[in-house]
Amino acid sequence: MTTESVSKGCFVFKPSTKKKKMTFTAADYFGEHVKDSKDSKVRFETCQTLWQQMKSEAEKLQEDLNRKVFDSLLEFIRKSHSNLLEKMDEWRHRMRATEIPAAALVLGVNVPDHAMTFQILSEQLRESVTPYVVSLEAKECQGVKHILQKVFGQLLGHSIRLEADDETDVQLHPAELRQKKMLCSLASLADWYTSVKRKTVSVMPGKKRSSPTAGHLQTPPVVIIFKDLESFHAKVLQDFIVICSQYVNQLPFTLIFGIATSSMTIHKTLPHSVSSLLCIELFQSVSCTEHLAAVIDKLVLTHSFPFRLNGKMLQVLITVFLYHDFSVRNFIKGLQLCIVEHFYSQPLSILCCSLDEAENRTKNLTHEKCEMIRQLPSFMRYVENQEPEKQVELLTSDTFLKKEIKTLLRHLHNYHENYIPVLRCLHALTTSLPKFPLGKQIREMHSACLERNVWESEEYTSAFQLLRMMAKDELVAALQKCCDVLKTSGVKQQADTLTKVEEFIDQLQKLDKIVEDETVAQKSLQKKTDLYQLQKTLLEMKDSRKSKKLSKFETLRLEVLDFIDSIVRMHLKPPEVMPLYEVVYFSGASTLRKHLNAAPRIALHTALNNPYYYLENEELKSEAGTISNSAPDICIAYKLHLECGRLINLCDWLEAFATVVAAASGVDPESDLVAGQVDETIHARFIRAVSELEFLGFVKPTKQKTDHVARLTWGGC
Amino acid sequence: MMTSLEHPGYPQDGLLRLEEKLLCRESQVSLLLSLFGEPHQYSYPSIFIYGHTTTGKTYVMQTVLAELELPHAFVSCVECFTSRMLFEHILNKLQSYVTSSEISQSLYISCDSFSDFVRLFKQLISHQDLKNQTFYIVLDKAEQLREMEANLLPGFLRLQEMTDANVTVIFLTEIVWEKLHPNMGCFEPLILYFPDYSKVELQKILSHDHPSEYSAEFYAAYINILLGVFYTVCRDLKELKHLAAINFAKFCEPVTKDEATESDTRKLWKNIEPHLKTAMQTVYLREISSSQWEKLQQEDREAGQLKGLSAYAHVELPYYSKFLLIAGYLASYNPARTDRRFFVKHHGKIKKTKFLKKHEKTNNHLLGPKPFPLDRLLAIFYSIVDSRIAPTANIFSQISSLVALQLLTLVGHDDQLDGPKYKCAVSLDFIRAVARTVSFDLIRYLYDFL
Repeated sequence: MTTESVSKGCFVFKPSTKKKKMTFTAADYFGEHVKDSKDSKVRFETCQTLWQQMKSEAEKLQEDLNRKVFDSLLEFIRKSHSNLLEKMDEWRHRMRATEIPAAALVLGVNVPDHAMTFQILSEQLRESVTPYVVSLEAKECQGVKHILQKVFGQLLGHSIRLEADDETDVQLHPAELRQKKMLCSLASLADWYTSVKRKTVSVMPGKKRSSPTAGHLQTPPVVIIFKDLESFHAKVLQDFIVICSQYVNQLPFTLIFGIATSSMTIHKTLPHSVSSLLCIELFQSVSCTEHLAAVIDKLVLTHSFPFRLNGKMLQVLITVFLYHDFSVRNFIKGLQLCIVEHFYSQPLSILCCSLDEAENRTKNLTHEKCEMIRQLPSFMRYVENQEPEKQVELLTSDTFLKKEIKTLLRHLHNYHENYIPVLRCLHALTTSLPKFPLGKQIREMHSACLERNVWESEEYTSAFQLLRMMAKDELVAALQKCCDVLKTSGVKQQADTLTKVEEFIDQLQKLDKIVEDETVAQKSLQKKTDLYQLQKTLLEMKDSRKSKKLSKFETLRLEVLDFIDSIVRMHLKPPEVMPLYEVVYFSGASTLRKHLNAAPRIALHTALNNPYYYLENEELKSEAGTISNSAPDICIAYKLHLECGRLINLCDWLEAFATVVAAASGVDPESDLVAGQVDETIHARFIRAVSELEFLGFVKPTKQKTDHVARLTWGGC
Repeated sequence: MMTSLEHPGYPQDGLLRLEEKLLCRESQVSLLLSLFGEPHQYSYPSIFIYGHTTTGKTYVMQTVLAELELPHAFVSCVECFTSRMLFEHILNKLQSYVTSSEISQSLYISCDSFSDFVRLFKQLISHQDLKNQTFYIVLDKAEQLREMEANLLPGFLRLQEMTDANVTVIFLTEIVWEKLHPNMGCFEPLILYFPDYSKVELQKILSHDHPSEYSAEFYAAYINILLGVFYTVCRDLKELKHLAAINFAKFCEPVTKDEATESDTRKLWKNIEPHLKTAMQTVYLREISSSQWEKLQQEDREAGQLKGLSAYAHVELPYYSKFLLIAGYLASYNPARTDRRFFVKHHGKIKKTKFLKKHEKTNNHLLGPKPFPLDRLLAIFYSIVDSRIAPTANIFSQISSLVALQLLTLVGHDDQLDGPKYKCAVSLDFIRAVARTVSFDLIRYLYDFL
């Protein structure tokens, strides 16, 4: 390329944007490996719609969970200043110090989730309380100056937008704004606020507005949100609060502190002289474990979504949550990954949709797809158990197979429909047991059921042993809970179960009278207070108890538990026994683990030790432990350095390197070494490889020995 | 009684008003007035006023300057945190005095450096309106000047000399002159001390402004009880005033309910005293806010029902974060040489006293946490966690989120990528509570408790 410039120098040529770029959409990636592009497109669309449904469900859930704390917070903000303004003239309010209302919002340590929460919060504030909302993050606020700049930017920027909407004459000219930005003192902010207030007051009565400002107060407070209080510099925060307190009469500030750890942080960061300027109220949001339970309840333990996770997957996701980050957002992202991966990797996932739709799609299955289904392990197992004629039919006739698939899919659907209410019933029964043998949370029980036949496990037997000792009122309460669960589930097949359980409750309650009669009899015995008599009767009673088989209650209790055991055995089978379960269950635990648990060190080691893994160049393929000659220089240097001790002699290293490289290029290595001189290019390549290793943190220069470098990793020799 | 404040240069009624407003500060005010001299006379170039918080420094200066209508600029150095804001604030204030007659030149003055400031200041002050008066610049919270440019403090101390104008700079601060003292050879200001108010003076000031519904004596009795409870812990006038205001309703309760008369001191005292004591533990410490306190009073509930901020000290952490934090704590409080003893299985017997140097024998918990490198943290972490965990990005990101939560602190610079060092910033109680949740016997691993 040429330039018109006469001077010498470097010129940057931007690549022309007109060049046609091959851009892949997500849908294209789906069809990459499959010949049948129409199918993959359908799968992609199913995946998208399913995810959209789940996402909106999750969002709704989050909103509901936050509602309580947000409502009280908004109420607090609304009230905080109106209280002060009304009673300004009273003696009591004249005497008391003007405190800045502040809300301490404790959100828990799941920091990644907070962004979402704050976004919703500020939206709600803007909608219903005040247009003046500023949110600050610690990393943008290194000094008071930065805080003020942020506050100015967000407040004035907003007001300009408002005015542009109203199409009134723009009050703040850009020049004026620039000047104000340069000043950035609260004094000018206070001026701005009074001018805006005066204006809105004069505008308000004349115009009827149906805009969101309708809910705003006459003097809307200026809400400043500190998203992460812990990370703010204590000094900066203190200074800012001190300045604010000087202006609080002109500018109705309200502060919101987002706290991740505990409310003690406020006392730690602010000394008494500063915290005495604040009027702090505490708001506690839902804990993240509760949040997760709700999310699992809505997204996993439901039959409204066709997609399902198998036990291992659920375990991986929950482990990441409990052991690593407590982040619900990441959990949902993981779920999304599962969905995408499932639809991408499993061609039969085309049937993973609502029952009606799936039946439709079954009709249009191609022959290859049918073959795929025949090869599914679960289907093969199913075929084996059929009669020989049917086996032949299934394996040869596509139309017969399709019919069978329909019924199997319906079975699968019914299984899911029944599974969840029964699981909830079992949970309701066992939560009141001591030590929670089957798990405290329903998710633990769910993953136990997914893994194997739950009734064969030790925990299950011990739980039932405990249940057999349950008192009557406890049992009735638990059964009542089961009833509620069954009623709300609204599954048809469970109607029988429901009536049966209701009967049991009825019978148990009827027992009351009989038992009472017995106790009355006992009481009449107790009235005779003769010691000898008493001893005698007691002995009698003891004998009778031993001999007596079981009371009515006890037999009934056994009956109830046997019934429950039977429905558990019927409905809580692990999904693997259902034919065609592969269609809706995602089982790539290792893929998921690989994606979620990024391991930088292992990846680096693999890349250097086995370059074929990432480069996929056939030449680089080599057996474990050997160095391919044609590998990149850095890989050779890395392999060689693995064989060294803590200090590496650079000269030896270079010689070894030269030998390997020379072997690759086919030059007789002896000739060079005799001369004691290494080829200059090889030398340069070596130096570059070593400095790359240094950059990656494997070696570092040392002063302990000349011409040596220190190794920073363990292992090797 | 008019003798306390008398000065020929100022009108009598202004002085009277001053006396009314400035209780218990007569001697300081009269000293100040005699220092100021008459308006047209040059005053001392710079005056340094210090005293404990709420001893009336700011209030006295503000009232004196406002009541006597002296031209002045009052600057809070916390608010004007850059020298530029400071200069511009002063100059614009000065300009507002000049342009009161000529509105035409109401442009905003901007000023960047001290020399500019002096030049502009000279221009403005030579104006006719200010010819015969002393101009006062009050720098409130002057301790902030230490953190600004080095030439500010010496410059302001000599402002009169540099501008050759009738100006006096007054510094208000809570720290003594020696701590602010810039360097050798700067102008020594006149140092004035505002002593703390005594109990009697506090009583007098607090009872000065009583509510109109009740008699002065009744309110004075209340203040007396209040001071009896709070005087030992708090002498902050503002705070006391605030406490007096929010608790007065409770004090009046027996009177409004007709259970006692205003003179029934004993009964009133019995009613209010326990109440004030709970107030000391809750509102005063900002455990619960004043508005919540008032709500409690109205609903007549015990303060115990509402948990304060400190009640929620519990922090929930992910499982491995707990272990990382414990590892960080161990690394911070155990000498690195003892790691072998705690974390290697067959370490042989090492006596505590033998192998340590003398300075290591002092209790590490008294010395505070020591920095430790990342490698050591991870080594300890892997040896205290039972299961095998791959060093995934999840583990490393937990370390940085612990730093973000201020449970660990990063020592040294943020952008040091290789070998960062950390310190553990949590207390023993906290870490023991965390260790208990993962059933880890922390004390067994702490060198100090061997």
